[in-house]
Amino acid sequence: MKVVVCIKQTPSTTAVLTVDTGGNVKWDDPGGKPNVLNPWDEYAVEEGIRLKENHGATDVIVLTAGSEESQEALKTSLAMGCTAAILVSDAAFSGSDTTGTARILAAAINKVGGVDIAVFGKQAIDGDTGLTPMQVARKLGWTPLTYVSAIKEVGGGKITVERLLDDGKETVTANLPVVISVVKEINEPRYPSLMGIRKASRAEIPTWGAGDLAVAGGAGAAASKVDWSNIYAIPPRVGSVEMITADTVEEQARILADKLFEEKVI
Amino acid sequence: MSLYFNQEHEMFRQMVRRFVENEINPHVEKWEEDRIFPAHELFPKAGALGLLGITYPEAYGGSGLDYWYETVMLEELGRANCAGIPMAIAVQTDMATPALAMHGTHEQKEKFLKPAIAGTAVFSIAVSEPDAGSDVAAIRTRAEVDGDDYIINGSKMWITNGTQADYLTLLARTSGDYGFKGMSLIIVPTDTPGFSVSKKLEKLGNHSSDTAILSFDNMRIPQANRIGPEGMGFILQMQQFQKERLAGVIMSTAGMEKIIRMTIDYCRQRQTFGKPLIDNQWIHFKICELLTEVEALRQLAYHCVRTLVAGEDVTKEASMAKLKAGRLAREVADTCLQFHGGMGYVEEYPMARYFRDARLLSIGAGADEIMLGIIAKYEGILPGQQK
Ligand SMILES: Cc1cc2nc3c(=O)[nH]c(=O)nc-3n(C[C@H](O)[C@H](O)[C@H](O)COP(=O)(O)OP(=O)(O)OC[C@H]3O[C@@H](n4cnc5c(N)ncnc54)[C@H](O)[C@@H]3O)c2cc1C
Ligand SMILES: Cc1cc2nc3c(=O)[nH]c(=O)nc-3n(C[C@H](O)[C@H](O)[C@H](O)COP(=O)(O)OP(=O)(O)OC[C@H]3O[C@@H](n4cnc5c(N)ncnc54)[C@H](O)[C@@H]3O)c2cc1C
Repeated sequence: MKVVVCIKQTPSTTAVLTVDTGGNVKWDDPGGKPNVLNPWDEYAVEEGIRLKENHGATDVIVLTAGSEESQEALKTSLAMGCTAAILVSDAAFSGSDTTGTARILAAAINKVGGVDIAVFGKQAIDGDTGLTPMQVARKLGWTPLTYVSAIKEVGGGKITVERLLDDGKETVTANLPVVISVVKEINEPRYPSLMGIRKASRAEIPTWGAGDLAVAGGAGAAASKVDWSNIYAIPPRVGSVEMITADTVEEQARILADKLFEEKVI
Repeated sequence: MSLYFNQEHEMFRQMVRRFVENEINPHVEKWEEDRIFPAHELFPKAGALGLLGITYPEAYGGSGLDYWYETVMLEELGRANCAGIPMAIAVQTDMATPALAMHGTHEQKEKFLKPAIAGTAVFSIAVSEPDAGSDVAAIRTRAEVDGDDYIINGSKMWITNGTQADYLTLLARTSGDYGFKGMSLIIVPTDTPGFSVSKKLEKLGNHSSDTAILSFDNMRIPQANRIGPEGMGFILQMQQFQKERLAGVIMSTAGMEKIIRMTIDYCRQRQTFGKPLIDNQWIHFKICELLTEVEALRQLAYHCVRTLVAGEDVTKEASMAKLKAGRLAREVADTCLQFHGGMGYVEEYPMARYFRDARLLSIGAGADEIMLGIIAKYEGILPGQQK
């Protein structure tokens, strides 16, 4: 059984987002923390590794479409225990919307070949759309299983999972291959071990470019269906303080109550 | 990344940082209050990640790496929210086990080093005695030969991890009454009849670390547990001390930097006389002076690591670094506490704990004056020494 885990490299959870007047988005970590494996994807990587440990998966291949720098997130995944990594990177792919990214990932998963399960995190902490897993499922024509909180059984060409919904849980069985997106309730991601880190840092990660993949429908800025016409920072809320003065506490309270009533707070 | 650390080191650093943030920091308040931390829960977690055997051979579960990796780990441990737990871990990795790893037999390493690296066994280093701290040559704990065994009597004081250790690396007298000769390092399982914890000590700081007085009453220990030849104990312990001191220096340097940066943040936010505290020249100049001293100490520490990795004697420089670290930690603690005003004196803020914990560095692992003695000896200016 082959598993692909799709991950993204994102700014750290403590990074601060700024948008300049030209609509350019910048992430800066005040403590200088480097970019990280998207925190939601840690659960996906962990579940991929558990598919190997508990359900007999032979390959757990971690895959990302991103810049050269995304190798770092792939290496973290290798250090945790993924068996191989693939970076999809090409200048022609930059500026892809989620549809474009989904096309790229689907093409890469097809190129890997023989994949039974593609595992995704719930969403990426920077873009925050949560769309990519479903779109990849659609491009591949596989069953999407979202918000998965437990993998119960894998075998006989089927997978049984538990999905965590707003009002409860449901258990569903689907035929393989499937795309699953996982929630944080599914597991406790392990730390990369020292030996894992050593192996990972020496790993040669293959890079696939536009020439290696047949991306149906195209990708990159030109093929993007979404146009970010305006990006702006939400203006900071301005507050003001008004001290209520009066001779007695009762008088102060009465003035306060009147004001709150006027402002329709009470 | 820097001149000293590559990408692999940095990945490792992130991992240790996360370990400290998730497995140590959230429990610090409770463990400080409990006056002990659960070593048998924490050490196996650290062991599973490879933190307890970084420089030790792979054959015993270690990673066989050089001391730069140990340096990364110690720096990140030093940034924890207390000094007690980092010290307890460093006892396991850099104080109680270096001699065993370097001079132990294969059987000894199988039996004792393996579980130390895995974290399934907790170690103490038992050298100091009520009447012999600085003056190690004055120890009185005796190990008398009886057939294939030693019969051990005596006591040890201020032993870190002492109430929960599975093994002690014990320095005992195997012949003579005083002096450097006639001592041996012996591994003592604490489930041996005759072993007891006479007292758990209450301390000024490092509250989360347990410290004990131990007593030995006719403990029978196989001679096979002795590390190296009989009578070599003092020399082996002096070698082992270099790692202990360097570990203390590296951890405390990282800790000092962290507390100074915390103080900068505080002084930025705190307003007095209509402006942030940091805007007072006295304050930002003083902070810059401290940062400069810390940087100089760090560079000396890195020089020591380079020297150690190159396999050369590091005794003099490590003693200098240890001396400087102890003194600087006191200055950093005092100055940063001062800049916190009343906030520095109350337990609501981490400053007070740092102030308490920092004081140990000038005493433990050889007091400042002992470091001065070693440096004087290396300089050939110790009275009575031949030029
Ligand atoms: C929290 C804590 C944890 C410890 N953990 C361990 C442990 O795990 N294992 C272990 O074996 N020991 C441990 N120790 C003991 C520690 O190593 C000793 O306390 C230290 O070596 C100092 O010895 P002493 O306390 O006997 O001081 P003393 O030897 O009595 O010295 C007292 C002071 O006199 C001065 N002095 C001493 N000799 C000279 C000299 N020749 N010239 C000038 N001044 C001098 C120094 O200022 C010194 O601080 C620990 C101590 C503490 C406080
Ligand atoms: C145990 C305890 C008991 C106390 N009891 C009382 C009490 O009974 N009644 C009461 O009213 N108060 C009490 N206090 C409060 C105490 O008086 C204040 O903590 C003290 O005046 C310092 O003020 P602060 O803490 O606000 O420090 P801050 O004013 O915030 O100053 C912090 C630090 O900044 C530096 N600093 C401040 N101003 C300057 C400057 N202009 N230039 C350069 N450096 C500067 C100093 O190093 C100072 O320590 C108590 C405090 C403690 C800790």
